[in-house]
Amino acid sequence: MIKPRDDKDFQACGLFGVMDRSGERFNGKMVVEAMKNMHVRGNGLGGGFAVYGLYPEYKDYYCLHVMIQDWNEDAKREVDKFLDANFDIVHDEEIPTNEDANVVNPPLFWRYFVYPQKKGDDKRLSDDDYVIKKVMYINTKIKDAYVISSGKNMGVFKGVGFPEDIAEFFMIEKYKGYIWTAHSRFPTNTPGWWGGAHPFCILDWTVVHNGEISSYGTNKRYLEMFGYYCTLQTDTEVMAYAFDLLMRRQKLPIEIVAKILAPPMWDIIDHMDEKRKKLYTTLRMVYAPLLINGPWTVIVAHHGEMFGLTDRIRLRPITAGEKGDLLFLSSEESAIRAVCPNLDRVWTPHGGEPVIGRINEKALKKVVE
Amino acid sequence: MRFVDSYLEGVRKIDEIIKYAKIEGEVAEIDARDLRHKELNDLMRECVLRGARKLILKNVCGQRYIGTRLFFNPGVNVEIVIYGTPGNDLGAFLSGHRIIVYGNAQDGVGNTMDSGEIIVHGRAGDVVAMAMRGGKIFIRDSVGYRTAIHMKEYKERIPLLVIGGTAQDFLGEYMAGGRVVLLGLNLKNGKHKSHYIGTGMHGGIIYLRGKVEDYQLGKEVGVVDMEQEDWKFLEKVVEEFCGHFGNEIKVDKDEILGEKFMKLIPVTKRPYGKIYAY
Amino acid sequence: MKSHLLPDFIVERIEDRCNRCGVCVKQCPWGVYSWNDDKTDILIDYTKCVGCQRCVVYCPNNALIVKPYYGSYRPNAYWTKDIISDIKKQAEQGGVLLVGTGSDRPYKVYFDHILLNASQVTNPSIDPLREPMELRTFLGRKPDQLEIEIRDDDIEIKTELYPNLVVETPILFAGMSYGAISKNAFLALAMASKEFGTLFCTGEGGLPKDMREEYGPVAIVQCASGRFGVDPEYLNCAAAIEIKIGQGAKPGIGGHLPGEKVTAEISATRMIPEGTDALSPAPHHDIYSIEDLSMLIYALKEATNYEKPVFVKIAAVHNVAAIASGIVRAGADVIVIDGFRGGTGASPKVMRDHVGIPIEMAIAAVDQRLREEGIRHKCSIIASGGIRCSADVVKAIALGADAVYIGTAALIALGCTMCQKCYTGKCAWGICTQDPNLAKRLNPKEGAKRLVNLLRAWSLEIKDMLGGMGINAIESLRGNREHLRGIGLEEWELRVLGIKGAGE
Repeated sequence: MIKPRDDKDFQACGLFGVMDRSGERFNGKMVVEAMKNMHVRGNGLGGGFAVYGLYPEYKDYYCLHVMIQDWNEDAKREVDKFLDANFDIVHDEEIPTNEDANVVNPPLFWRYFVYPQKKGDDKRLSDDDYVIKKVMYINTKIKDAYVISSGKNMGVFKGVGFPEDIAEFFMIEKYKGYIWTAHSRFPTNTPGWWGGAHPFCILDWTVVHNGEISSYGTNKRYLEMFGYYCTLQTDTEVMAYAFDLLMRRQKLPIEIVAKILAPPMWDIIDHMDEKRKKLYTTLRMVYAPLLINGPWTVIVAHHGEMFGLTDRIRLRPITAGEKGDLLFLSSEESAIRAVCPNLDRVWTPHGGEPVIGRINEKALKKVVE
Repeated sequence: MRFVDSYLEGVRKIDEIIKYAKIEGEVAEIDARDLRHKELNDLMRECVLRGARKLILKNVCGQRYIGTRLFFNPGVNVEIVIYGTPGNDLGAFLSGHRIIVYGNAQDGVGNTMDSGEIIVHGRAGDVVAMAMRGGKIFIRDSVGYRTAIHMKEYKERIPLLVIGGTAQDFLGEYMAGGRVVLLGLNLKNGKHKSHYIGTGMHGGIIYLRGKVEDYQLGKEVGVVDMEQEDWKFLEKVVEEFCGHFGNEIKVDKDEILGEKFMKLIPVTKRPYGKIYAY
Repeated sequence: MKSHLLPDFIVERIEDRCNRCGVCVKQCPWGVYSWNDDKTDILIDYTKCVGCQRCVVYCPNNALIVKPYYGSYRPNAYWTKDIISDIKKQAEQGGVLLVGTGSDRPYKVYFDHILLNASQVTNPSIDPLREPMELRTFLGRKPDQLEIEIRDDDIEIKTELYPNLVVETPILFAGMSYGAISKNAFLALAMASKEFGTLFCTGEGGLPKDMREEYGPVAIVQCASGRFGVDPEYLNCAAAIEIKIGQGAKPGIGGHLPGEKVTAEISATRMIPEGTDALSPAPHHDIYSIEDLSMLIYALKEATNYEKPVFVKIAAVHNVAAIASGIVRAGADVIVIDGFRGGTGASPKVMRDHVGIPIEMAIAAVDQRLREEGIRHKCSIIASGGIRCSADVVKAIALGADAVYIGTAALIALGCTMCQKCYTGKCAWGICTQDPNLAKRLNPKEGAKRLVNLLRAWSLEIKDMLGGMGINAIESLRGNREHLRGIGLEEWELRVLGIKGAGE
């Protein structure tokens, strides 16, 4: 199996996301159908899905989806031991897969539902930060083991193949969720590595991404100052950490974060009223290292929220559609139409303007508390 | 290592897909629901070779390059009627055919189109009419980024793009010729949001109805007064637009022409002549 | 403003040889020579001289010597004359410094640090004068395997093949547009290709209608970001289509053909009005990522009924191997990689001299990556940018290329002396100009003859080198790095090139 190379990953892709803003869960059939419509946007070297509202029976526990490369038994034993020492494992099992699926050399996938058991200095950490720390340990220290998702009541399924192959492998259509995001990959690097597929996940935050970031080095080195280490050499990882830093840790809303990652041009800021001009100028001044330059579109999700965002001059596509409580985001309109022909509204946002789907308050309680 | 050509993989031979087409005389109807990109184009070409001159495509959903593979020498003219959502690069390199879409179109409509006509009863995505060199495109609603980028003209071959709604940023960027008419019929407060209109423009004309601030224009365009012949040209264009879409949206030719139009032309044919040292 | 620049060249006249015939006045387009008022003497203003040597070659009395101006500033290894001159120019004109041709900076030339092998004793060398030596090369995608059906005494190939091109020598002419070069130079390239059995690339200026029938079959027509002259007939008349993403002389930026070069005939070929700047944007605006490239590759295949191979030309840049892998996976049949020495009619000096990587490194890295991924046969690789001689061709092919493009070398064959003033449109040799009086200096038939001679000479030399290695078909050289050894290279350089050091 090919490990990530030491140079940077480039890729381009097809993206899709759908959310039921009433919190109603639905199965993965629709997402798979939509991805099939965009088959030619990928080249069969990566596909994946993130599902929210996935494990209601264990919704109070962090669910770790762990990938064991080459079915390395030592790695699996070491992960078991490590998790046992740091968490209460309330349940764990192999993630069921379909052996007949059209995939090559799949690794072993295992899921653990865990509760933090903090000791010593770690007691000062929040549960979330504790989980991140332990996940980072597994990813960097245990050979052949990778945590591919680590949030509550959600999970990521991904691998090497077209999205429809990956869906078949994980039997995605059996699962239900109220947000689904999906990714079809066209990598020009690290092909063949299951960990390189999307979505990329940290806690319950997932990112699917299309494009190539030309500011990667600048962004990465800034994030490193805040304790994020980009081990996968992918743009998507940088994106995910940027969202984690700004939204989870610094508690900025996406409306503001969008203007940090994809700020308006100076000559547009120059024509704003004084108050906005000051805000936008200050954002650019303070967060200059997090301007994400180059072509990109992301669909980001965490519990209760899904949003799509593009770079400031929209070099990658995104189309949004609405039908009742359903919000769709997609690289192409046809993928939305393939699963929902009659939309109430369909539009393409301006570059740097997020399309945000939020679950209504009552529904949110239902899924996260 | 796995190598998949996702565009060609699994494409069926013509005799396996001919069943999706119903050819009666000069009219062929194709059900595109289960057809892959290339299969649909294979089938369209086959229908034309078998004598069809009007192709009705039903249940189109994302298939790319519709109309592109219909270049013949000597040329024939085909009318293509599409129901659904055609995929990217609709009518790319189009050579003389007429395409009517009942639905929205995606990115790249009329990419490097040579001649013919595309009429979209809906909206269209990014880079509409990129490097278009002849023919006409009518879009009922709005369009995305970088519309008419590098459109060009030569002598009597002057491409025309008419947009009923508005456009997003970089309309007419690097435009080297042709006519773009932006009618602004769906503007909420009468203002276009597009920035960098005509940036790098060095040929052609953009006619714009609706309000645009100076700073929304590229440095390379100037606003000039409308003249008699501009109005004459617009009258014809708007009449044609109303003819296409009058049944679907409320449009009144006189009302449209009763309002102010802005005429944008490049300041120079050589916008970047002065940035070099020798 | 008074110019503070020093002259570049000085002209010396051997007075007892000069009979004031006036040929130099006629030949020099730069205004160095002029008659005095009563036409009794010829005045020389050498500050205008660019060193193109036209006057020297055409002086019937061999009375002229043009040599670099030897006066200079105080010697300084850091603030060189070049650097000082550039600053002064920009202070006077306030713009981007423009230059022609490939980079002249003294970066390491890897070709010159690679030595070839020859057979001795254990394996016989082959005498190319008597024995067959094959240079025929196929360009395009190859299937993984052939499925062959044998029935009775009939054999049938069942595998569907991709379109491939055949050339009789692994040397093709690189994209140089009609517009950048004169019609006569363009025509000479086309004629030579047809005669010798190779191909020429049109560059992005279209293919004049009157050339399509005769030279379309030997033309690789370019589809670049400006889409000049790209119509369905242009695409369909050609042997292949090349999507130009970038070029080695100016990776990452577009090109500007100044309005004064857009004459009536060029405007007809490019399909833009006369006198308009022909602006090629930096990117294709329908390609912002690899899947968009795939979309254009298939748009072109659709437009030509899957009958033509599609080339994708990129500049050799840092991550060229990964990019090339993506291009193959996007559906390209041939990848052209243009090294940082690649030539140009006009490029900002800063881009030409500071962006990109050497072609030798790029070819080695790309070939290696594609082999690791098992997709090398899915495309052919053309090495381009600074191929100077037949040894460079052989080394490029042994490093992993299928064939090479030559541009600068072809123009030198036509008369170019590398004066680097292509962007002025005043080329004294009738190559890089649209001035009819200058362009007619180049006779296309004679030009084609020179080009055919060059191809013949290099092909003979390649056969010699192959014979020495005991190889009698060019395909056995391709990627055969065993026949290369490095000299004066460091460990990392040998590693990237994938070759051993001399003596290893």
